[in-house]
Amino acid sequence: MANIAQASREETASPLQHGLREAFYAGIIAFGLFFLFIGLKTDQNISNELVLVPRWGLLTIVVGLVMLGRFLYVAYAQPFMARQKIVDVASGLLPDSVATRFFRLPYFIGALVVAAVLLLFAGSLDGIFGSGLAGYLRFFRALAIIYALASVLFYFRAFIHNHFSALGVGVLIAYPIVVVLILALLTGSMAGGFQGSLKWVDNFGIQILIYVMLAWGLNIVVGLAGLLDLGYVAFYAVGAYAYALLATQLGWSFWILLPVAGIMAAFWGVILGFPVLRLRGDYLAIVTLAFGEIIRLVLINWREVTNGAAGISGIPKVSFFGLMSFNVSDPNYIAKVLGIAQSGAYYKIFLYYLILGLALLTAFVTIRLRRMPVGRAWEALREDEIACRSLGINTTTTKLTAFATGAMFGGFAGSFFAARQGFVSPESFVFLESAIILAIVVLGGMGSLVGIAVAAAVMIGGTEILREMEFLKHVFGPDFTPELYRMLLFGMAMVIVMLWKPRGFVGSREPTAFLHERKAVSSSFTKEGHG
Amino acid sequence: MTAKTLLDIKGVETYYGNIRALSGVDVAVNEGEIVALIGANGAGKSTLMMTIFGTPRARRGTITFAGTDITDMPTHEIARLRIAQSPEGRRIFPRMTVMENLQMGASLDNLKYYDEDVEKVFTLFPRLKERIGQRGGTLSGGEQQMLSIGRALMARPKLLLLDEPSLGLAPLIVKQIFDAIRELNRTQGLTVFLVEQNAFGALKLATRGYVMVNGVVTMSGTGKDLLADPEVRAAYLEGGRH
Repeated sequence: MANIAQASREETASPLQHGLREAFYAGIIAFGLFFLFIGLKTDQNISNELVLVPRWGLLTIVVGLVMLGRFLYVAYAQPFMARQKIVDVASGLLPDSVATRFFRLPYFIGALVVAAVLLLFAGSLDGIFGSGLAGYLRFFRALAIIYALASVLFYFRAFIHNHFSALGVGVLIAYPIVVVLILALLTGSMAGGFQGSLKWVDNFGIQILIYVMLAWGLNIVVGLAGLLDLGYVAFYAVGAYAYALLATQLGWSFWILLPVAGIMAAFWGVILGFPVLRLRGDYLAIVTLAFGEIIRLVLINWREVTNGAAGISGIPKVSFFGLMSFNVSDPNYIAKVLGIAQSGAYYKIFLYYLILGLALLTAFVTIRLRRMPVGRAWEALREDEIACRSLGINTTTTKLTAFATGAMFGGFAGSFFAARQGFVSPESFVFLESAIILAIVVLGGMGSLVGIAVAAAVMIGGTEILREMEFLKHVFGPDFTPELYRMLLFGMAMVIVMLWKPRGFVGSREPTAFLHERKAVSSSFTKEGHG
Repeated sequence: MTAKTLLDIKGVETYYGNIRALSGVDVAVNEGEIVALIGANGAGKSTLMMTIFGTPRARRGTITFAGTDITDMPTHEIARLRIAQSPEGRRIFPRMTVMENLQMGASLDNLKYYDEDVEKVFTLFPRLKERIGQRGGTLSGGEQQMLSIGRALMARPKLLLLDEPSLGLAPLIVKQIFDAIRELNRTQGLTVFLVEQNAFGALKLATRGYVMVNGVVTMSGTGKDLLADPEVRAAYLEGGRH
């Protein structure tokens, strides 16, 4: 085989030669991969004809970067790491050594100083250095801040690891307040703080939390019961349309329609559950995929009810439990009641806490259910269906409850989505959404709530933050739009995570019962003996 | 025998598609007995075990348990009649801990007798107590077998079905497990129906035995008689005691 020949050559080749050869191979592969992706671009000319725009310059830069990276990695980084490993083994520093070398107190102080100085002169950077260089400096400042934060996290890593859930919930609760306060300090006024917080609370906070909730809901079906569901977005759609239709037609309030939407979605979960009871694995995945598409096509084609592809607009906002409204024209508008300045941010912050509450409810129910007979039956079902049945567990009802429970949370999230957007159309419920939600569950580690929340934050927040990468325009030119590469990076990140942690961020399953807690699992939770 | 028949299998035929795996099997298990079913690979022993639980279903014949016809009953309802099984390949839940596996076994009564029963299982298999928080999949083969039997016992069965409890285990562990079965039968009067390749050990343990060849029962008798039978000796016992 080629491996043997290569191995014998490697013995004689110096790292430099080896690196050059590897760089050449990498260049060929990169050229083949990116020739169509980057080298050619389709565009429209003035008379609306499709034309090919070659981008040889960009292609050269990308291929060159790949070659350079591969060369540096093989010629310098690999030998360095190999040497370092030997040194570390000798000094007994492994495995923390790389991280401890990277995070050192002098560096931390340096990063703090850099960040502080650059923040102080934030206003006059453009004036002193010109806009191009200032862009780089802002990027450098961001790196310094990230490094400082990472150092703090690294220093307190044991504490964070032990109290992750509590800290996470605390951070999530404090998040909008902190954002508003920081922005208020930066802009010098409370109103500015609220106005600036819109983006951070809405695009990041709410967006991520919707996906956290959806992924936690899907986790019940996929992670716990082991039923691969590729059509989860259908329940999201059912919830969204249930709220959209009933609220616009009947004028019912969100607080009544939230449970209604959940029940409707759960009902559809059972409807889907019945035909797929006998299916497992691939076959189940195909049927659920089809189910998701059926719901979407019904929404598009049943124009009399759903208004087709045009969707439903003018969906009423959520009220503050009926006490205060978020419509400026209403007499009980929140700013009038509380006597504060008008701002759209109040509604967003309220929605943030609403979805946070809903997501935490999902987590709470999941945690409780796992300790109850029905939750244990779900997990046992995932492990071995035949063994489950021969222990007297009714696998039919067990599967149906999993589908119904998962779907119910999808329905809750859907009605929230409709209320937040004020508009729903079938376009929001395409297969890609199901795929993203499932990807988050798999990346986070099936069954692990913490892992899934982290995966959602990384994936959704990560792609959102690419919209903020203005400085990249200085590198790649003003036509460069980082958002366009979101899905590419999403995919790349997924491949990397799956190589690095094949079972997701949190791959090991947390046991539900411990010796000293045995009595906590009492029989009083359910009457029916199927769990 | 004056004892009443607990499990009565009459003329059972089971098919996998068009292939007939059981062609008219008659087996009876009386209350308080240990009955062993021996036979070569592919004789249909495990199929009979699974047929009792309704997966696959018997195409002809009847299976009665304590007077109830269970031939066409759903599997989980058969289990609720207090038939418990340690199936072929053990089928424990690998990612769940020993404790959770045992809890699953007790789910028929919603863990009502869990505390009491788990102590009994631990007296029988002290090893499981040491492994209580460990994942099922990380146990050794013998421990997994103990867990599989323990999990079945947690259901407070009237009849315990064991499919090859000695498969792949060291002789010492096999002895431990057989001793445990004898102990259960003697002290609690538990009725046991076991399928074995290890004919010598099984027949020594059993009150009565059946020999199965190609989907039919060809011979039956007390354990001692079968052990002494020259045909049985030639077919299953020569080549050394296990």
